Amino acid sequence: MDSLDSRPSPPRPPAVRRHHWIVRLTHWATAVLLAGMISSGLQIYEAYARFGDKGGPMFVSPFDATQFPHWSRLGGWLAGALNWHFALMWPLVTVGLLYLFYLVGSGEWKALLFRPRDVRPAIEMAKYYLRLRKDHPPQGKHNPLQKLAYSGIVVTGVLAVLTGFAIYKPLQFSWLTALLGGFQAARYWHFWIVWIFIGFTITHVFLVFFVDPASLRAIITGWYRGRFPSHD
Amino acid sequence: MIETKSPRRHDGTLHASDRRDFLRLAAAGGAASLVAACGWDGGNAVRPKLLSLSRLNDWVGEKILFSPTRLARTYSPAERSRMLPSYFISDVMPVLRNPAAWRFKVDGLVQMPLNLSLDDLTAMPRATYTVKHHCVEGWSAIATWHGTPVSAIVARCQPLPAAKYIMLRSFDSDYSNGWDLASAMHPQTILAYGMNDNPLPPAHGAPLRLYSPTKLGYKMTKYLLSMTFTDTRPGGYWEDQGYPWFAGV
Repeated sequence: MDSLDSRPSPPRPPAVRRHHWIVRLTHWATAVLLAGMISSGLQIYEAYARFGDKGGPMFVSPFDATQFPHWSRLGGWLAGALNWHFALMWPLVTVGLLYLFYLVGSGEWKALLFRPRDVRPAIEMAKYYLRLRKDHPPQGKHNPLQKLAYSGIVVTGVLAVLTGFAIYKPLQFSWLTALLGGFQAARYWHFWIVWIFIGFTITHVFLVFFVDPASLRAIITGWYRGRFPSHD
Repeated sequence: MIETKSPRRHDGTLHASDRRDFLRLAAAGGAASLVAACGWDGGNAVRPKLLSLSRLNDWVGEKILFSPTRLARTYSPAERSRMLPSYFISDVMPVLRNPAAWRFKVDGLVQMPLNLSLDDLTAMPRATYTVKHHCVEGWSAIATWHGTPVSAIVARCQPLPAAKYIMLRSFDSDYSNGWDLASAMHPQTILAYGMNDNPLPPAHGAPLRLYSPTKLGYKMTKYLLSMTFTDTRPGGYWEDQGYPWFAGV
């Protein structure tokens, strides 16, 4: 810890309210639903484990003909996986919309949205993490790299839903499918988004435990007693 | 948790409910990973609920998302895929022993039951289009199809007002499909007797198959024998095993 933060940490910072119940509920619901979507998605992928029209040029992918491990797949077979995938997509979209409405309604989006003015501070923050800078740059509720990650994951979530609808109903949403480059291209992006989610989650959990363990209690109970500000 | 001491209480009730919520979520999360670990289809407890939700998705697909007039994009014959996989459920490829004796039966809730030969069908209005085929597995391929619009058959047989669905039967073992009337009446839903400028090959359902770019491949019954108009929703070979019934794209 100390090597990452040169400031002396106060012995017992006062607990502050950090996360509204809507944020905590949607956070954990998303974690569970996304796990279900990804695991059923990996089972669906197995039925045609490549990208491109039959007999035509294929998209470049390191996962061609890959069968993912049994433990990572949900549904047992294609129909079972499809039914899980199509059952979980509605609560996932609902939870995502609830979260976005809350961010807008409460004004909390201001503490999360990465804006052009965050670029320079983000570089400073990256320098700090790379040990090119000794002192932790000042920050509000989130540091600029967190803003970048959280803004990026929201955009990724929106793209996951859009690419999903483009391959769910490529005729009824033909404008969307065409916009994404066609049916197989939409499948391709829908699949790659999975790895963005997985990479984000691994990094996110790592940083929670190694940089700000107190944030774990905050996302469960709402109360935070860590060393970072809880408001901008 | 890193912290060892119990959290300072600001509001006892709130904390209690927070913890309950979290335990519930943790239990659900644990169940989800266990489920994933087993490649679970939901088991006897959850599978029926998943199938009920699938029926709800059928309803959304049929009543909200499906447009009876929106046409699938058509391609030029030059864009045809070099191959299009073919499937049948019989052990060997179903082939008619006496093609000349084959008749396509139209019956059920109709004023005028029909018994059509291939010549009868080719003499009716003809539709041709080059479209993209979408398989439930995730592959797609472009091909040209030639056939009689189902709407032309409907005009001939005149279904009774009670007819809401069509049951399609084949001679590929017991393969069958059930269709809603609106999808069947879509202008691009045809009884296809030709593919890529040739007669329909046995691998793709000769002598007659259903084709529609509005559906996933498994809804397009091959090796057709009959279509029966009904007032109750017919099942189907894959649909009865858990695949989505509406399967519109």
